[in-house]
Amino acid sequence: MSTVISVSGLKKSYGSTTAVNGVNLEIQKGEIFALLGPNGAGKTTTVEILEGFRHRDSGDVRVLDFDPATKGHAGQAWRDRIGIVLQSTNDAGDLTVFESVSHFAHYYGSPKDPREVIELVGLSEKSDALGRTLSGGQRRRLDVALGIIGNPEVIFLDEPTTGFDPEARRAFWALIKNLRDEGATILLTTHYLDEAEALADRVAVINNGQIIEVATPDQLGGRATSLATINWREGGELMTERSAHPTEFVKKLSEKFSGEIPELSVKRASLEDIYLEMIGGTHE
Amino acid sequence: MNKSSGKSPTAISIGIERGKLEIKQFMRQRESVVFTMLFPLILLAIFGSVFSNSIAKGVTFSQYFVAGMIASGLVNTGFQQLAIMIPVERDFGTLKRLRGTPMPASSYFIGKSILVTLSMLIQVALLLAAGVIFFGVNLPTTGEKWLLLAALLILGSACSTILGIAFSNVPKSGRGASAVVSPVVIVLQFFSGVFFIFTDLPHWMQQVAAIFPLKWMTQGARSVFLPDSFATREVAGNWETGKTFAIIAAWLVLGLLWAIRSFKWERD
Repeated sequence: MSTVISVSGLKKSYGSTTAVNGVNLEIQKGEIFALLGPNGAGKTTTVEILEGFRHRDSGDVRVLDFDPATKGHAGQAWRDRIGIVLQSTNDAGDLTVFESVSHFAHYYGSPKDPREVIELVGLSEKSDALGRTLSGGQRRRLDVALGIIGNPEVIFLDEPTTGFDPEARRAFWALIKNLRDEGATILLTTHYLDEAEALADRVAVINNGQIIEVATPDQLGGRATSLATINWREGGELMTERSAHPTEFVKKLSEKFSGEIPELSVKRASLEDIYLEMIGGTHE
Repeated sequence: MNKSSGKSPTAISIGIERGKLEIKQFMRQRESVVFTMLFPLILLAIFGSVFSNSIAKGVTFSQYFVAGMIASGLVNTGFQQLAIMIPVERDFGTLKRLRGTPMPASSYFIGKSILVTLSMLIQVALLLAAGVIFFGVNLPTTGEKWLLLAALLILGSACSTILGIAFSNVPKSGRGASAVVSPVVIVLQFFSGVFFIFTDLPHWMQQVAAIFPLKWMTQGARSVFLPDSFATREVAGNWETGKTFAIIAAWLVLGLLWAIRSFKWERD
């Protein structure tokens, strides 16, 4: 595997506010990598530095063996190989989907076929519809179409499904996986846990400008090996026990009650429990 | 993935594609078509009807006014159009999105220039047609005057375009852009001898106007559309053609430096 994105010791402040405070990341070719964190954690700043939109204060950044902060024409050849899907945009309302996508194809050396891209994002039926007539989810699909028309090796997706209904999100996730299967490396930021869990090969949790942990979704926060919580009722009281061997424990309980255990439940920590514990916060 | 196989498009070829797209979008925005194209005609209709007198032998006010409106057309289609349109594109994220693609920055400006050139030509043609048909305006009769007109349109439009790009950084938002830009244009029109005969304006107003390019564009347009005998009625007693072009060119250079220093692809 080859490293597509590498970040070490990345720092960025705005005035007296530290947005990114020593971020390290290694993202491999063909991965979907999620940067997960609450609003204001430093996700967007980190990604915008990788995209070449912002300058860093210090640290090393390489994307496809190129420093995004490089000035001048070299950046154009590099931009030919990356695709960016920004947070909410609202432009080109007076152009049809096909007009926008086929126009953007002119910017790239070896673009994909506009019709194929529109098909891929599921907008074929809206191909001749004006941008301003699209729904929020369709609009976002157009954003993705414009981001991938250049046949990019790396795709940046900044909070891609904010404001989607559940069905649209699921369809969108399938689209992103499809792009990965075609060989692209994808870095996405999100503050939705289920999105990171459903999509990402690896997740980095970021808070207060620092990466707290990098792991696969099922390993995050020691989830696979964490204690299970067993609840039941005994003598009118709700009892709780945390155990590394819940099966054994339930067996003993069952013997004690000689049969059915009142109100028994066995729970592993959900990703959400672990995540909230990690960022030390509460529900948004 | 081998990406070197495709040949990279040039800044000019992308710029031409952007120009086509700009025109397509412009034509689909009916309000802006009406505002930039028809409003000057409405003004011409009003002023031409109200002031139907002659201001000199063989020169009607309409003739004087058409010259002023053509100069204004350079400002409307370049400076005003871009200084309002670009902040909106900045707000909508259009500029940031473009910045994230391999599109060279120059292609964006080539596209805008194509849009300005086309709308300027339509504007001038409409004004001339309406002037000739409804107000008996005389077109230039010598090749030399037509050449002068062409030079004035090219230089004036370029200057206006560059200043519009530079000024696009002044409005704080797309929504407020029109309120910031339009008064600048209207005041300059009053000061520069578009709505009134320039030499009838108070002296201080003439001096303020002489700093800005619109005054010189109107004077240049008068040198095309008014008989040479009228030149004695100008401030200097002649058309000052060389000075006119020099001052417009100076503003072009100034605008270029200003635009390079201040242009932003993103809202702060």
